[in-house]
Amino acid sequence: MIHSLFLVNATGDIFLEKHWKSAVSRSVCDYFFEAQERATEPENVPPVIPTPHHYLISVFRHRIFFVAVIQSEVPPLFVIEFLHRVVDTFQDYFGVCTEAAIKDNVVVVYELLEEMLDNGFPLATESNILKELIKPPTILRTVVNTITGSTNVGEQLPTGQLSVVPWRRTGVKYTNNEAYFDVVEEIDAIIDKSGSTVTAEIQGVIDACVKLTGMPDLTLSFMNPRLLDDVSFHPCVRFKRWEAERILSFIPPDGNFRLLSYHVSSQNLVAIPVYVKHNITFREGSSQGRFDLTLGPKQTMGKVVESVLVSSRLPRVVLNANLSPSQGTYTFDPVTKLLTWDVGKINPQKLPSLKGSMSLQAGASKPDENPTINIQFKIPQMAVSGLKVNRLDMYGEKYKPFKGIKYMTMAGKFQVRT
Amino acid sequence: MSSSSAFNDEKGGSSSVGEPEYGHDPASGGIFSSDYKRHDDLKEMLDSNKDSLKLEAMKRIVAMVARGKNASDLFPAVVKNVACKNIEVKKLVYVYLVRYAEEQQDLALLSISTFQRGLKDPNQLIRASALRVLSSIRVTIIVPIMMLAIKEAASDMSPYVRKTAAHAIPKLYSLDPEQKDQLIEVIEKLLADKTTLVAGSVVMAFEEVCPERIELIHKNYRKLCNLLIDVEEWGQVVIINMLTRYARTQFLNPNINESLLEEGGEKEFYASDDDEDDEEKKAEAAALAKRKPYVMDPDHRLLLRNTKPLLQSRNAAVVMAVAQLYFHLAPKAEVGVIAKALVRLLRSHSEVQYVVLQNVATMTIKRRGMFEPHLKSFYIRSTDPTQIKILKLEVLTNLASETNISTILREFQTYIKSMDKDFVAATIEAIGRCATNIGEVRDTCLNGLVQLLSNRDELVVAESVVVIKKLLQMQPEQHSEIIKHMAKLIDNIQVPMARASILWLIGEYCEHVPKIAPDVLRKMAKTFTNEEDIVKLQILNLAAKLYLTNSKQTKLLTQYVLNLAKYDQNYDIRDRARFIRQLIVPTDKSGALSKYAKKLFLALKPAPVLESPFKDRDHFQLGSLSHLLNTKAGGYQELPEWPDSAPDPSVRNVEVPEWSKCTSRKERKEKKVEKPFYSDSEGESGPTESADSESDSGSRSESDSEQTGSGSESEESVEESQSEEEEDEEEEKMKKKKKVDKSQPKKSESAESDQSSGEEQKKERKGVKQRRSGSESESEEESESESSESESGSEEDSESDTDTRKKKKTPASKPTAKDTKKESKKETKEISLLDLDDFAPTSSPQVTPVNNFLSSSLASDLEGLSLTDTVLAPTTIAPSASVRMYELLHRITGEGLGVEYCFNRQAFSPDPHMVAVQIHFTNNTSCETKNLHIEEPKLQSGMRIKEFPEIDMLPAGESVSVVMGIDFCDSTQAANFQLCTHTRKFFVSIQPPVGELMTPIFLTENEFKKEQGQLMGMNEISDKLTLGEKCQNDHSIIERVNATANLGRVPCGSDKDCSLPVPPPSSPPVSRFAGKTVSSGSLVLVTVARKEGGGAQLTVNCEKMVIGTMLMKDILHALMQ
Repeated sequence: MIHSLFLVNATGDIFLEKHWKSAVSRSVCDYFFEAQERATEPENVPPVIPTPHHYLISVFRHRIFFVAVIQSEVPPLFVIEFLHRVVDTFQDYFGVCTEAAIKDNVVVVYELLEEMLDNGFPLATESNILKELIKPPTILRTVVNTITGSTNVGEQLPTGQLSVVPWRRTGVKYTNNEAYFDVVEEIDAIIDKSGSTVTAEIQGVIDACVKLTGMPDLTLSFMNPRLLDDVSFHPCVRFKRWEAERILSFIPPDGNFRLLSYHVSSQNLVAIPVYVKHNITFREGSSQGRFDLTLGPKQTMGKVVESVLVSSRLPRVVLNANLSPSQGTYTFDPVTKLLTWDVGKINPQKLPSLKGSMSLQAGASKPDENPTINIQFKIPQMAVSGLKVNRLDMYGEKYKPFKGIKYMTMAGKFQVRT
Repeated sequence: MSSSSAFNDEKGGSSSVGEPEYGHDPASGGIFSSDYKRHDDLKEMLDSNKDSLKLEAMKRIVAMVARGKNASDLFPAVVKNVACKNIEVKKLVYVYLVRYAEEQQDLALLSISTFQRGLKDPNQLIRASALRVLSSIRVTIIVPIMMLAIKEAASDMSPYVRKTAAHAIPKLYSLDPEQKDQLIEVIEKLLADKTTLVAGSVVMAFEEVCPERIELIHKNYRKLCNLLIDVEEWGQVVIINMLTRYARTQFLNPNINESLLEEGGEKEFYASDDDEDDEEKKAEAAALAKRKPYVMDPDHRLLLRNTKPLLQSRNAAVVMAVAQLYFHLAPKAEVGVIAKALVRLLRSHSEVQYVVLQNVATMTIKRRGMFEPHLKSFYIRSTDPTQIKILKLEVLTNLASETNISTILREFQTYIKSMDKDFVAATIEAIGRCATNIGEVRDTCLNGLVQLLSNRDELVVAESVVVIKKLLQMQPEQHSEIIKHMAKLIDNIQVPMARASILWLIGEYCEHVPKIAPDVLRKMAKTFTNEEDIVKLQILNLAAKLYLTNSKQTKLLTQYVLNLAKYDQNYDIRDRARFIRQLIVPTDKSGALSKYAKKLFLALKPAPVLESPFKDRDHFQLGSLSHLLNTKAGGYQELPEWPDSAPDPSVRNVEVPEWSKCTSRKERKEKKVEKPFYSDSEGESGPTESADSESDSGSRSESDSEQTGSGSESEESVEESQSEEEEDEEEEKMKKKKKVDKSQPKKSESAESDQSSGEEQKKERKGVKQRRSGSESESEEESESESSESESGSEEDSESDTDTRKKKKTPASKPTAKDTKKESKKETKEISLLDLDDFAPTSSPQVTPVNNFLSSSLASDLEGLSLTDTVLAPTTIAPSASVRMYELLHRITGEGLGVEYCFNRQAFSPDPHMVAVQIHFTNNTSCETKNLHIEEPKLQSGMRIKEFPEIDMLPAGESVSVVMGIDFCDSTQAANFQLCTHTRKFFVSIQPPVGELMTPIFLTENEFKKEQGQLMGMNEISDKLTLGEKCQNDHSIIERVNATANLGRVPCGSDKDCSLPVPPPSSPPVSRFAGKTVSSGSLVLVTVARKEGGGAQLTVNCEKMVIGTMLMKDILHALMQ
């Protein structure tokens, strides 16, 4: 399956290579570099590139290309999904997945890759198993290791791979037993010029942080499970129970994991929590353009809209923008033409606005389109779909855990066309 | 970490040797700078007896390997440490060894003995890791050792070691393909493994080593299907892809009849006045239907059912694998379920989106309806990468139809203004495709495109010209204005393709623009030498055409152009010029061709067909690399075409202790009974719509007999269970026959169904007439199987006189080779069938009563329905909510044995006074559980238990359901008993909710009122309540009452308010339910009268006051939620 893996940074250097079968020369990446040159943006590099003897499948994350070399037919999603899993694992281990972090921990990276694939076929991809095999580096452990020469490879043999619940390691112990669940919903929307909604959807996830001793068996039930239209589960969730009773029943992995992601049925109308009043005009012949943007809350159920960030890529002819925000700060990058406005909270009494003029390239004709405006925001303590967790029960262990549930609504891909 | 700093220092210096990279290291002392001595410090460190130094050295070596630097000269020093005690050193040595062993074959052999020792270690993990490293060392000389190790590991006790053995197989195969035969033996052995751990890895090995040996799968097919959900995700992908191929070779195309019938039906719809044609079509359809009345193989169904839950996987590759399986294998009506899951994947990373969209694009060409409800999910955002935008555009174009074209075009209008010009060009092309496909909008699109001609961006204009050219070709007469407009553009447009297109247009339609055309040619002649090649060719074309139509004005110009072309650098152009001159300019030498010049040049050209680049890509297996690239990738296994006749299904029968097969069957049946409740088998219709569709089919089947009137809910299940029963019968029959006369050729399934097809033909013809919509009534399928069933039944009786008939049948039956195979398997089969018979008494009460129950309750509903069609229609949904599972024994307390139970609300046939409790055992352990039975019931006085027959053995991972009966004496006291396995006893208890202690009876409204009148006073309990938010309509009230208590609904016919077509809000209807307690048969009557403003009055009449009170409480609770 996966023959080799090359890690390529933004400047086009291969800074790590790993082979699972016989070594493939790194010159195979030349085909990749060619494609990279052709693409204007790094996102536009095709994920699958055929070469005379190999196929290159790549993912681009954290400004690093992860290029897998394969030799024969394999489902491309299989490789892509695996590469993403590798990135997730790195992020889990090192906090960030940057070139520097990978270089600093090159040995751990190598050990991880060795465990994750055997002969190109995924072996152990569950973070709980991996952490049992190879301890994630911490500052303390690094210091201790360099002094004592001890290792960060697990001393015991990994038993997780053998158990019926491969995602959970055995013998977990905590003094404070706690289970936290974050219900995070994202609104994806396209709002058209006139302010009406072209499309809007709610996607949600339940992220959990479970630190419980032993082998707890949890059940989580919702007040209104009918809201959930399409769901995908962590492998620990018992599918039959969900089908029959709409209850999530599972033995949780240890630590952080994504329990569930869901899509709220499209019949429900989506409450759009913010509105944008915009007036962006360019006049023919003049070298000035007007920019006027006002934000306001709408259908927020009394909650405050926080961390609002507006960004927009202005047309190429805009040289500079001279704007004044009523609150927050704005930046305009004349090279990428990216305007960002960090608004902060929206105060319903005094609506934030950004007004001013744009100077255009002299002599250039009026751009025929207006920029789209991307908005990010957060609304804490609310799940916009109205999803509510009913109760969380634990079986199989004696102690009483501390349980917490947090709701949050965020903007996903929230776009306003102007 | 010093290793890391060394690593950073070295950045970019990979080619230089002897750089002072170890200078700062205390051990190196900075003296090892010359080439031949480099790495000496590392060697020294490796030779030291301190683990910390060794580790440090290994870390640095691995860092070098990671950067792709050659570290092979350290091999001897490193390999010595292969037996090092320090586990991390050891691991890093392994990493190094695997990387360089190939280059240093002789030295690598030094390490082999260590691994051989490891293979004998008592710890399974050490055994596994030894095998893993040993098999990763690519040294040909150790092939025999590897082979031996693999063989040994394949029969290891530990499944983990066996898994590693499976992984090792492709490694050895790539090292030495000559070992194939031996490896296949190992694969065959491992395929039979029953643990989930091994399944994925061995199928992977199978795919790499011997994908063509499909017959190895037969025996393991059912097991793989059943294990699938518990296999790790990567294994799931491989198994599903393999099973897709397998199914294509073993089963019949489920859409074969449907598609034919549909085609016929459609044509009939459009050409309904052409009777003759009609007749033909029908005859054709009938003939084809006659050939293959389709009944889905239960194994085919098993695969579809067991993969469906995996659509919920978090792993995109798994979801895609299931999606392609459904696309390639499922009946048309069921493919729809994958749409939602695929749309979900569009939220994922852009690479995932890219692959998914490619596949969706292919799917939308074949099955547009599937994604139409998700149209908006494909709308394009300005932040999408261009390649995603273009793919989404492709999908939107494929989804365009008469109904949604206006929305799509409005979207396209926004896209045209985008800054991303490649994307704009693609949008224009998409508009062109919409315009050609949908005639209604052609003019609108054309006008829009013409407006784009005045766009400032040249690329946009050029693309529009190209598209307009294609559109105009379809109806040129009406558009001379546009052609004139475009002729003017030729001065400004520089893009060669666009100029060429305009010139071609003018030439082609020069008769529509007689004044402009010569002028254009004049201009072009001037600039001829500076044009691009394609433009030059079109200038020549234009000149030739003008010469033929208007030679007076253009003769000289044409000759001038031809002369210019004669000396062109491009030989194509020179050739073309010579060719044209010979054709059009009459000379004395010119042959017969010149007479036909006009016909040659001015022939009517067929309009171009704008096709999706994704058309016909589905001959590649979806989700595969080959599909993505649209070329065959190395190692791609073709997706076989469906076979014309199904291969012998009995090859998948497994000789296992027969009860397990039996139970799995039974389980299947149960699942099927449940299935329609949860799955939207209707295809597109979501869960919310199901109520409507059910009511529809309910009213449709009104006029039918009782049997078919069992409603859409049970339709599918009935059909399937019947076909299975049929199969059973058949097997029995076969057996009998063999006993009578072994030499007599066996009657095959297909022959049998041939028999019945005569009857079906008629039915199907009727069907063709009646049906227009896409919702093929499953009832037909049902009737099909019914008829074949009855057929087979009758044949059994008339066994003796069928000889003559058989002669007719034999040509249609399967090859005789199969018969001999059957013969050889007879032994085992007979045993199995006997066992099946033994099991029959327990299984039958489960299956048959469903039909009875549903049909009876439905019959009562239908009676009401006939009077109050709108109000009551949804009641059919009611019983569905009632199947709720309770936990009897948790799998953790049960040490891996999980037991659940439910009240299946069916009559317990051995004793009508008992409540049937269905118990579902699941063995989650890795070893089998034996002798499951009940012991020492501790019961309240009067209570009785009818135990289920002892279960001899429950293998690991399997589950089984049994039914037991409990007489609760009309009390809600728990029944306590012990559940015993061969090792343990568990105390368990079953406590029934009060609603389960009764069974529905059918009363008319008058009877109900009469009975109610006799149960007044003490026996009547009544209360007011406020209905819950979600419980405001009749439908939900009925649903909830039925979920709480096993009661039958009383049809309300005579109430005037109900019979009105529109339910008047002034006097909301009254819902009545009747039942009797199971044990003593006392009547239970429930009345819910709705009041205005969400209030209601609930009345319960029951002789047994305790029951009445408790029921009251429960129903109140249910309604107020």
